[in-house]
Amino acid sequence: MDFDLTKEQEMTQKMVRTFAEEVIGPRAIEIDKEAKFPEDIFKEMGKLGLLGIPFPEAYGGSGGDTLAYALAVEEIGRVCGSTGLSYAAAVSLGASPIYYFGTEEQKQTYLTPLATGEALGSFGLTEPNAGSDAGGTKTTATLQNDEYVINGEKCFITNASYAKTIIVTAVTGKDQKGKNIISAIIVPTDTDGVKIKNEYDKMGVRGSDTAEIVLEDVRVPRENLLGDPEKGFKQFLYTLDGGRISIAALALGIAQGSLDKALKYAKERKQFGQSISSFQSIQFKLADMAMEVELARNIVWKAAWLKDNNRAFTKESAFAKLYASETAFRTANEAIQIHGGYGYMREYEVERYLRDAKLLEIGEGTSEVQRMVIARQLGC
Amino acid sequence: MNIYVLMKKTFDTEEKIAVNNGKIEDDGAEFIINPYDEYAMEEAIKQREEHGGEVTVVTVGNEDSEKQLRTALAMGADKAVLINIEEDVEETDQFTTVKILEAFFDDKDVDLILAGNVAIDQASGQVGPRLAERLNIPYVTTITDLQIKGETVEIERDVEGDIEKVETTLPLLVTCQQGLNEPRYPSLPGIMKAKKKPLEELELDDLDLEEEDVEPKTKTIDVFLPPEKEAGRVLEGELDDQVKELVSLLNKESKVI
Ligand SMILES: Cc1cc2nc3c(=O)[nH]c(=O)nc-3n(C[C@H](O)[C@H](O)[C@H](O)COP(=O)(O)OP(=O)(O)OC[C@H]3O[C@@H](n4cnc5c(N)ncnc54)[C@H](O)[C@@H]3O)c2cc1C
Repeated sequence: MDFDLTKEQEMTQKMVRTFAEEVIGPRAIEIDKEAKFPEDIFKEMGKLGLLGIPFPEAYGGSGGDTLAYALAVEEIGRVCGSTGLSYAAAVSLGASPIYYFGTEEQKQTYLTPLATGEALGSFGLTEPNAGSDAGGTKTTATLQNDEYVINGEKCFITNASYAKTIIVTAVTGKDQKGKNIISAIIVPTDTDGVKIKNEYDKMGVRGSDTAEIVLEDVRVPRENLLGDPEKGFKQFLYTLDGGRISIAALALGIAQGSLDKALKYAKERKQFGQSISSFQSIQFKLADMAMEVELARNIVWKAAWLKDNNRAFTKESAFAKLYASETAFRTANEAIQIHGGYGYMREYEVERYLRDAKLLEIGEGTSEVQRMVIARQLGC
Repeated sequence: MNIYVLMKKTFDTEEKIAVNNGKIEDDGAEFIINPYDEYAMEEAIKQREEHGGEVTVVTVGNEDSEKQLRTALAMGADKAVLINIEEDVEETDQFTTVKILEAFFDDKDVDLILAGNVAIDQASGQVGPRLAERLNIPYVTTITDLQIKGETVEIERDVEGDIEKVETTLPLLVTCQQGLNEPRYPSLPGIMKAKKKPLEELELDDLDLEEEDVEPKTKTIDVFLPPEKEAGRVLEGELDDQVKELVSLLNKESKVI
């Protein structure tokens, strides 16, 4: 067994850590407070090749692997959950499905600008009445003269206001048993009939763009169908499996960031004539936090490793997403506790970590859904 | 242009440093590229982008220095050379490093050598100038601007906050100061390409040097951390009394006056 990172993975980790600390960190409070998507930071991340880590050079990517990508997400999450979420969603949800299931032509046309960071992509699955029950999709796409005509509504879609393309899931017909066939279709956001509004006022990840999409007689060419027309549902399950690794990595970053801040503060803060880190109750909190962070890291890395080695990773990515997101929430919560009243203040940042962490127990499958996925893998 | 960068691996002085038996403990220390050498790296790449040629980054170090060399390759250097002295040399000083580099450059056709102004660990600032002396080429230290126009080189250097303008010629050695440029982050494609770039490893033997040739000329007697800062004292009472007490403390206790 080998827990060492490769030189490339190590260098990626170091570079992203420096970039995150120097460029993103100083703006994290403002990004959250003003709920403003940091478009310029994404331009810079694009130039550094961060948006194309897990894609081959032929499509404008960097030729890295899932683990290197997870390391990058963790480092960004450590300083800014908003930037981390938009980053993870752009790569895992906006771009990856085109890489997994697209034709050569779709990859050249649609993946390349996403991988180079020239444009952002979104994934529109959730609808007002179809969340955890993604199979309950109401959006429809009907073929008319070699064009899909799409009608429906999507909600809570990350990056949509800034996206060049949205992969939309829609019902395209019924199978022999009369069940809905769900397909994925690439919809350029400048197509007539696409309306995007970002009016949500969110608890956390406030600088990450989240939008509502209304699709009204949106016409796209038949060639924009992504992958197998019959297997759209399976495809997005696979996409979500991969996406869970990145959400887990983001949670890990928030957990690590919370631990770092709590440890530093505990050593500096004096009460009753001594550092609060000399009190056993504070030490035990820190010990538990450190242990959970490391355990989360182990499962995140393992899930990424399984994916990179073409092994099954559905169960492990659900483990990782569930454990890391719950760890992030607990760790951020304890970090506030260790900071006392100061922790309740925006300036000390740990309150933001808690608000950001909460999303990770909901997005890309709630904790309940992760447990359902795991139970199904156990044969229940 | 044949551009060379002298790079040193140093421990990160912003991380915790432990000293044991007059030596800095390697275990647990974080190692980085000497920050001033990053300015040298960046300038080398910029000069190559402007004038063409090749950038070779050279380090005298050990097996672990490969990490910093790979980072330099990821930033954009074309080639890297690791002169690994781990097996051959126990003690080193600036003389050792200069002697080794002199032997390395012996058969090289050099236009420009860039080094850091100082290394943040020992902070001697000697290796660059001493190497230039040995190679018999001009050198300029603490530069903050570098313009190469044919054979002529126009330089601005930092002199205690003021700027001095210097004109000189190639071949040349410069040492780089903060303010010269903003070192780039190694990009992801750069990181991936780095593994395919040549990294040559040399030992003393390959440079026709014996252990005795590079024996240090100085001896380190002791290495210790500065004393921990003690808590300050706030004087109280009438202003006149406070002044008197302060003068007396400065005189008797800390003996500065
Ligand atoms: C900031 C943000 C960004 C998002 N980004 C995207 C995006 O980019 N693309 C996208 O498609 N979606 C996105 N989402 C949507 C997200 O994936 C959904 O909110 C999530 O899947 C939950 O769906 P829901 O909100 O409809 O909740 P519901 O499904 O209504 O769930 C409500 C509660 O019921 C529980 N529950 C539901 N079904 C079961 C069951 N069978 N057994 C037990 N408990 C159950 C849930 O766990 C939850 O606790 C985003 C959401 C947010 C908040």
